[in-house]
Amino acid sequence: MSVDKIWVLAEVTDGAPITTSLELITAARSLGGTVEAVAYGDDTASVAAALGAYGVTTVHDVGDLAGSLPGVPVAASIAAAVEAGNGPGAILFPATYDGRDIAGRLSVKLDRPVLTNVVDLTEADGGLVSQHAIFGGTQVLSARFTGEGPQIFVVRAKSFAAEPSGGAAAEVVAAPAPDTGASNAAKIVSRHVEERTGPKLDEADVVVSGGRGLGDKDQYVLIEELATLLKGAPGASRAIVDAGWVPYSHQVGQTGKTVKPTVYLACGISGATQHMVGMKNSKNIVAINKDQDAPIFSVADLGIVGDVHKVLPQLIEALKARS
Amino acid sequence: MQAMNVVVCVKQIPDPAAPPALDPGTKNLVRAGKLILDDSDAYGVEMALQLADAAGGGEVTLVSMAPNGETSGLRTALAMGAAKAILISDESLAGTDALGTAKVLAAAIKRAEPDLILAATESSDGYTGTTPVQVAELLGLPSVTFAKKVEVNGDSVKVERQTEAGYDEVECPLPALVTVTAGVVEPRYPSFKGIMAAKSKPVDTLTVADLGIAADQVGAVGARQEVTDVAEAEARSAGEIVTDEGEGYARIIEFLEQLKVL
Ligand SMILES: Cc1cc2nc3c(=O)[nH]c(=O)nc-3n(C[C@H](O)[C@H](O)[C@H](O)COP(=O)(O)OP(=O)(O)OC[C@H]3O[C@@H](n4cnc5c(N)ncnc54)[C@H](O)[C@@H]3O)c2cc1C
Ligand SMILES: Cc1cc2nc3c(=O)[nH]c(=O)nc-3n(C[C@H](O)[C@H](O)[C@H](O)COP(=O)(O)OP(=O)(O)OC[C@H]3O[C@@H](n4cnc5c(N)ncnc54)[C@H](O)[C@@H]3O)c2cc1C
Repeated sequence: MSVDKIWVLAEVTDGAPITTSLELITAARSLGGTVEAVAYGDDTASVAAALGAYGVTTVHDVGDLAGSLPGVPVAASIAAAVEAGNGPGAILFPATYDGRDIAGRLSVKLDRPVLTNVVDLTEADGGLVSQHAIFGGTQVLSARFTGEGPQIFVVRAKSFAAEPSGGAAAEVVAAPAPDTGASNAAKIVSRHVEERTGPKLDEADVVVSGGRGLGDKDQYVLIEELATLLKGAPGASRAIVDAGWVPYSHQVGQTGKTVKPTVYLACGISGATQHMVGMKNSKNIVAINKDQDAPIFSVADLGIVGDVHKVLPQLIEALKARS
Repeated sequence: MQAMNVVVCVKQIPDPAAPPALDPGTKNLVRAGKLILDDSDAYGVEMALQLADAAGGGEVTLVSMAPNGETSGLRTALAMGAAKAILISDESLAGTDALGTAKVLAAAIKRAEPDLILAATESSDGYTGTTPVQVAELLGLPSVTFAKKVEVNGDSVKVERQTEAGYDEVECPLPALVTVTAGVVEPRYPSFKGIMAAKSKPVDTLTVADLGIAADQVGAVGARQEVTDVAEAEARSAGEIVTDEGEGYARIIEFLEQLKVL
């Protein structure tokens, strides 16, 4: 059951493929065979060079979706290719809002199962084996498909490092979606972009996250200020997202983002397994917590047993004095 | 205003506070003990009750697939105010994957003829996160996932859908399926009266055969995937722990300098 052609969903934002898609393309390259991409939007041609540079030979361009949510039309386009006999052995989706929708829709259209929350993919016995972090990342489960392909995997961000291959621009082939009728009726009427200064949470070199230990919503400015001074991104535990202190887009963990920065600073975060699964692969971890028994200290390279209301203002002052 | 019928998918799961375990033989999650309502679904139940209220009436029906005829979690949701429930429980469902689960849920939901179907973006125990969209595709319905705000206006639903950069405003005609994120609404606590009333609310228990689903579509056979290995993850070891006596910040700066972040 060797897989000689792999497709990767190339999501595009701000005119460039998202990092997770590039990570998956890099992984697909090492799993052998041809790597092709599926893309959608009004200007897919402009990313053909960027995708080619990571090893994509062909981009299947679903084209402009005219306001539809991507799930239905993109899945329909892929399903049509598979039914015509031009499909791949495996399709890798980034675990994003749209990636998950498309994978789920495709799974039904093709009547194929999906493996989600994948954190690694390897080749074994001529097939693909996926790894999944379970129970808060304390155990790693391996799984594989036993039936007919194409095999559908939904892979978490930061599971692989994105590395260019130096390939030429990919060829763009039109792959418009067939009519999908009533199921395609959800339309985007307007988009709202929250203002963000500095790097994206999952691409930042430094992440400063705050938790319930901050005490109240107003104290989150300490996190934002420190993140700005370190040219990093502010993050959060779910406790303060659920409490409405910060938007969900800040959440790190099992049900939020996976981050892997050079330094992760956890401030007033206890270190629940569901939080740690999203950050414990950071290269370095610094934790500030007033409870010396907080689980976060078990993964910290540097742990400060102290009060965030004292340590953070001092740290901010000292950094300001340097700049 | 017209009455609106809402189906909420509610998963009954092992208590997340108890340490989870895999069956050493089947590698499935052990679901032997008492199951409770998944917290993630309490938001869907609350949302459904509020939307039915705002529409000026209608019924909230729960749909759940769970082993051993489990109804504890359903009773909690019925006590919150849902009118009735459909439970699919069948020994042949052990080891069912997300797609198989969706086939079962979709067949049961069809019976309720809902205007709107609500589910959570992902469950707390399996968190595959694809089941609801698979249900929508099986029913040929549109879906809007990751809703942080939901409003029904006559025969369409308006959703603020979480995105990477903020949110999209999405409009969709009914019937449709919507998945809600944690925290969209504040789930009510069941009142004493609600708890008493829940005891006599109807729970229709069905088998896979009742739904007309072939046995090979569900269970471990239908899943067409297998667990090949379970291993301990590489543990990360603790480093230096310093008690702050006014100099903690300086130690952090020193550490960041070593890493050349500063
Ligand atoms: C299915 C599921 C999914 C989940 N997904 C996620 C997820 O994606 N991300 C996530 O983060 N969580 C997730 N959680 C929630 C998780 O279990 C924890 O509840 C959450 O991470 C706790 O957040 P916290 O550390 O901010 O709060 P707490 O656990 O309340 O910790 C606060 C910490 O602050 C410390 N503290 C208090 N005051 C101070 C002070 N003045 N100075 C310094 N330290 C102080 C305390 O000692 C404590 O350790 C999930 C839970 C479930 C069940
Ligand atoms: C650690 C772990 C990893 C797994 N990985 C995979 C995988 O990669 N692929 C796969 O196919 N299966 C996987 N499974 C199996 C999967 O969890 C089950 O098939 C489950 O029945 C449905 O998936 P879910 O809970 O993950 O649903 P999700 O898709 O996360 O559920 C989203 C929502 O759908 C509704 N819903 C889901 N199940 C039910 C139900 N039984 N009754 C009522 N409403 C429901 C709820 O509203 C729920 O919040 C995994 C299980 C575990 C324990």
